[in-house]
Amino acid sequence: MNSINRISGVHTATYLPVDIAAEQQNARVYGNEPHPAGKIALGLESVSLSFGGVVALENIDLSVRPGEIRAIIGPNGAGKSSLINVISGVYRPDRGHVRIGHDRFTNVPTQKLVHLGVARTFQNLALFKGLSVTDNVMSGRAHKARSTFLGQIFGIGRSPSEEVDAHDRAAKILKFLNLTDVGNRLAGTLPYGLQKRVELARALVAEPALLLLDEPMAGLAEPEKVEMTKFIRAANREYGTTIVLIEHDIGVVMELSHYIAVFDYGRKIADGTPEEVRADQKVIDAYLGVAAENIDGGGI
Amino acid sequence: MTIATLEAIPTSYTPRWLTPVLLLGIAYLIIPLVGTSYLFEAILLPFLALSLAGVGLNILTGYAGQVSLGSAAFLAVGAFAAYNFNLRIDGLPILGSIFLSGVVAAAIGIVFGLPSLRLRGFYLAVSTLAAQFFVQWALTKFSWFSNNSASGVIDAPPLSIAGVEFNSAVGRYLFSLTIVAVLTFLAYRLVLSQTGRNFIAVRDNETAARIIGVPVLKTKLIAFGVSSFVIGIAGVLWAFAYLRTVEPAGFNLDRSFQILFIIIIGGLASIRGAFFGAALLVVTPLILSRVGSFLLGDFFDSGVLDMSQRIVLGGLIILFLILEPDGLVSFWDRIRKRTTTRLLRQ
Repeated sequence: MNSINRISGVHTATYLPVDIAAEQQNARVYGNEPHPAGKIALGLESVSLSFGGVVALENIDLSVRPGEIRAIIGPNGAGKSSLINVISGVYRPDRGHVRIGHDRFTNVPTQKLVHLGVARTFQNLALFKGLSVTDNVMSGRAHKARSTFLGQIFGIGRSPSEEVDAHDRAAKILKFLNLTDVGNRLAGTLPYGLQKRVELARALVAEPALLLLDEPMAGLAEPEKVEMTKFIRAANREYGTTIVLIEHDIGVVMELSHYIAVFDYGRKIADGTPEEVRADQKVIDAYLGVAAENIDGGGI
Repeated sequence: MTIATLEAIPTSYTPRWLTPVLLLGIAYLIIPLVGTSYLFEAILLPFLALSLAGVGLNILTGYAGQVSLGSAAFLAVGAFAAYNFNLRIDGLPILGSIFLSGVVAAAIGIVFGLPSLRLRGFYLAVSTLAAQFFVQWALTKFSWFSNNSASGVIDAPPLSIAGVEFNSAVGRYLFSLTIVAVLTFLAYRLVLSQTGRNFIAVRDNETAARIIGVPVLKTKLIAFGVSSFVIGIAGVLWAFAYLRTVEPAGFNLDRSFQILFIIIIGGLASIRGAFFGAALLVVTPLILSRVGSFLLGDFFDSGVLDMSQRIVLGGLIILFLILEPDGLVSFWDRIRKRTTTRLLRQ
């Protein structure tokens, strides 16, 4: 809980569907006003990353305020996934810093990520195929476990209450995401769309202050996209979770995000509200492509 | 290797504890009455020791996904450690020696598990060979371990708990059975716990596991420690209850492979699988020798038997990997499901 308070700067009581009604009554809805007092949930300061001469990210600055839904879009190879991998410590940037809440890192410690209040999903599913759906979601609480393996074997100490707690929280998240019916299925046997949702559940059960979603809509059918959009928005509104998402579906992005950053060739070419971005000439060029003569006035 | 078996999914309406309790009832009450000494000595004692070793290796390889080719080394560590504890500490009860030998095996297992923090898959498997060769070498080289016996052979001490002797075939069977039952139950508890989920998380996707906060390094070392503890105690049963006389050469690479085959054939990431696999591996040579000598008569001598064993076993493993990668356990579950649905329909 500390980590969440530290980042959002706002008291987020508990993070469970039972509290949704109470939170709505308090009308503390981040949804339309993501601007609490100039605080920063996530900041990138001149981050650069290259792979053996190929530049993936070049001098990226980005700042995401608590409670915001920030989309990162751009053509293939624009560096979007690299960005998420830098934020989650999978890649180590060549230069620059990553700020998560009050902490500033040159290299984000992956193992501590969840303790900093950050959770993420993966572009290509990264579920634990050999675990049931419930167990997958419960594994999202692994970082909370204080009991030793001996305590768990013999069922003594904190272990029984931790197990009950993890199970209850998983059950609530599964209910929230309409996954209760498949709770006992092996995660690997579910259809793709449901697996995506299980991944979201596993990330949400950790009660992240900042949620990184790497292409949450990829491979989903239209009705599934509608549902997923609903879930992401609900997580943002009802839990106050800051969300950074990478997405190709422009329709979804325009509808869902408060702010959009546009990347092209490893650089950030635009950053603003959906309306601003939509009208930006550089963005239009990057997406529609622009012939060299249009800029320079000469042929090739 | 496809590893997608999980025992947590109920296939029928019988309570989960029923089958194990029934089996234990038969094992404790009926088998000692009807069993012959051949059954105990040649089948059940090796079956129990190998099953336990399979349970141990399955924790490491099946659940936590760390392939090990050093199981026989930990069998040997267990056997020789128990022998020395029993020999050198006066008044230590046999169960105390057995427990401590497990602790020693676990400690050595953790040391040889350290490469797993950097190496994966094939490379890790090769590095576990170091345990295999080092332990065998050390036990042969330093005769202190075998109390200066010239050939490195050790003789098992008599088994007794609180004055009750367990030295007959039935006695050693009951002794093994009890230890195997207790440790299997504890292993079962472990794999269903948070730590057990961490094992599978590390096996299925290490990066994702690290990001969601699973303590990956600790989880791997726990897997190595617990696995070696269980295999070490299986080694004590192998040496003290089954063979009664062992030498370091008995714990060679062949034995390591045998245990690996047990869990592949039985079913990876399944506690029951170890028992299925061990049963098959113990019974196959016996059936083979009966059938062989019946069909071929005198031509089927021990050399031919040995060769045909290897061929049949190798064939079985290839067949299993192709046709039933989840092992005998999933085969068994399918048959049971089919028969129950057929029974229900009638």
